[in-house]
Amino acid sequence: MNIINIEHISKVYQVGSEEVHAIMDISLRIDKNEYVAIMGPSGSGKSTLMNMLGCLDTPTSGIYDFKGVNVSQMSDNDLAKVRNKEIGFVFQTFNLLPRSDALHNVELPLIYAGVPSQERKERAREALVNVGLESRMHHKPNELSGGQRQRVAVARALVTRPAIILADEPTGNLDSKTGEDIMTLFNEIYLQGNTIILVTHEEYIAEHAARIIRIKDGLIERDEPVKNRFIPNGRKFTVNQ
Amino acid sequence: MKNFLFELKEGLSISYMAIKANKIRSALTAIGIFIGVTSVVLMSTAIKGIDNSFQNGISALGSDNLYIDKWKWFQDEEWWKTRNRKNLTMEDYEKYKESAKLPIAVAPQVWTVQTLKNGGITTESTILTGTTNEYLGTTNFTFSSGRFFNEIESRGARNVVVLGSDVAKILFPKGDAIDQSIKMKGQNFRVVGVLAEQGSFMLGSMNPDKQVYLPIGNVFKYFQSEHFRSVTIIARVANTAMIEKTVEEAESIMRRIRGLSYNQEDDFSINQQQGLTKIYDSTVGIIQIVGLIVTGLSLFVGAIGIMNIMFVSVKERTKEIGIRKAIGAKKRTILGQFITEAIVLCLIGGLMGLIGAVILSKIVNQFLPTSFQAEAVILAIGISLITGVISGFAPAYSAAKMDPVEALRYE
Repeated sequence: MNIINIEHISKVYQVGSEEVHAIMDISLRIDKNEYVAIMGPSGSGKSTLMNMLGCLDTPTSGIYDFKGVNVSQMSDNDLAKVRNKEIGFVFQTFNLLPRSDALHNVELPLIYAGVPSQERKERAREALVNVGLESRMHHKPNELSGGQRQRVAVARALVTRPAIILADEPTGNLDSKTGEDIMTLFNEIYLQGNTIILVTHEEYIAEHAARIIRIKDGLIERDEPVKNRFIPNGRKFTVNQ
Repeated sequence: MKNFLFELKEGLSISYMAIKANKIRSALTAIGIFIGVTSVVLMSTAIKGIDNSFQNGISALGSDNLYIDKWKWFQDEEWWKTRNRKNLTMEDYEKYKESAKLPIAVAPQVWTVQTLKNGGITTESTILTGTTNEYLGTTNFTFSSGRFFNEIESRGARNVVVLGSDVAKILFPKGDAIDQSIKMKGQNFRVVGVLAEQGSFMLGSMNPDKQVYLPIGNVFKYFQSEHFRSVTIIARVANTAMIEKTVEEAESIMRRIRGLSYNQEDDFSINQQQGLTKIYDSTVGIIQIVGLIVTGLSLFVGAIGIMNIMFVSVKERTKEIGIRKAIGAKKRTILGQFITEAIVLCLIGGLMGLIGAVILSKIVNQFLPTSFQAEAVILAIGISLITGVISGFAPAYSAAKMDPVEALRYE
């Protein structure tokens, strides 16, 4: 079942009197339980594509079907609903609320979803336990290490049981050991049946995914499965195993 | 609705954290509202106090009274048309009293200004009202001691007086006025009653607290000729519904007494306290409005302070707004969050302002009557809420319409 179906989308920005074609013409499909990496140099349109996949932005032209619903013309509020229920974001800079503790940060999407307090707390706790932070629930972001912060962010992304996890350079601000831990976590999440879209410019990180889409100058340059998927913990196996 | 409550709770906890994180800034901003609310509430309690005092005065004097006078109280005709009117006399009063069926009490009234003495204590320029015992029936006077002079004293023009509370306080500081004598123009007068405080300083020279009442015959006997000043005839109307009929009756009786033919205009005037109220509204009312505008301005300045700080807050938290939007906050949610924060700031200032106003109104009450009531609490909270919404809206709206992509990129 495909979750994302994009047909001939483009995005044009007006910068002064000049038109910038961030995305020329991209079509792609992503199925349930895929692990996709989107790669590209800066200025390739990779970030724009990610914003559109994450329903943070809408295309200038073309159609974006998300779970069978055309979201390319949706209002801001409807997009907010889609983001809340269907998309879990993990950012390079973690983007946690600095004044709230880990538990409240994870609860936040559920607050916007209108989940009652009791259930909210339970689900948030569960999500934090899943990422191995059961002892850090009442720590504020500045009391946590980088890796722990990113795990809070992953818990926040997972807590609404979204259709896709969208991770933008999730290891960019972490040292390689911690980055590896996070990638291990992503692998587990993937193996649990989730759909992950990973945006990165590091070949080595991208090879954790099962499929790599390479973007250049607003077009898809290549879209192919990873032959030798890099499995954390040193294990390697091929796609579709 | 459920969502709204969750979001409101979230908004309140965010506000709490934001204010806690910026204590000094928040306190300084709230001071603006504090001052604004204090002055507005104080002003309104003073206005209420002045109003109450005026209304008390009116009701002490009797609110449904007709005052038949030579002239209209608040002249709107050309003065030369009325300047040759004849004085109203005691005979006019007697005749009116005889013919009038509708009033429940009728009394004449003349005034004079005299100096009062009790041994070494003197009060100068005190207003004396000469009248009959029936005068009491036209008022709602209450007595702190003694009584009004009776019919015998009134008819016989005995040397008795009733003192207004302020006059009594000056002449008899120890408060033992009853049966004591005071001197006016060398004559002794026995005090038979002292009025309770009627508390109506707004009435100026009509304030009963500053007057002395005595049988009308004494005024003519000792102080001034019967024809020196026109007599005012006071007629108490049975009830408000009867005012119009009583006025009509008075007009026809007076025209007959004054011997006017059908084509002559009235040479007297039937006044009512409405006239007083009208003049009160037009002068004091304007002062009140100006007062409220001036104090309202300080609130306005406070509101601008809140707006300013909210704009700063929104700018500082651009990233946070981006995060919230990314994980599903709607425009409405963000709008509500920042308006809530502005309201919380204003309420903090407003509650402090309320406390300030309570304390200040106690102090001001020494000079001016203030009336502090539940309405003031509602007013303070109400204006804080409204100020919060108004001053928070523009910054909150600018936050709500932020593009999530831009906001997330903001450092």
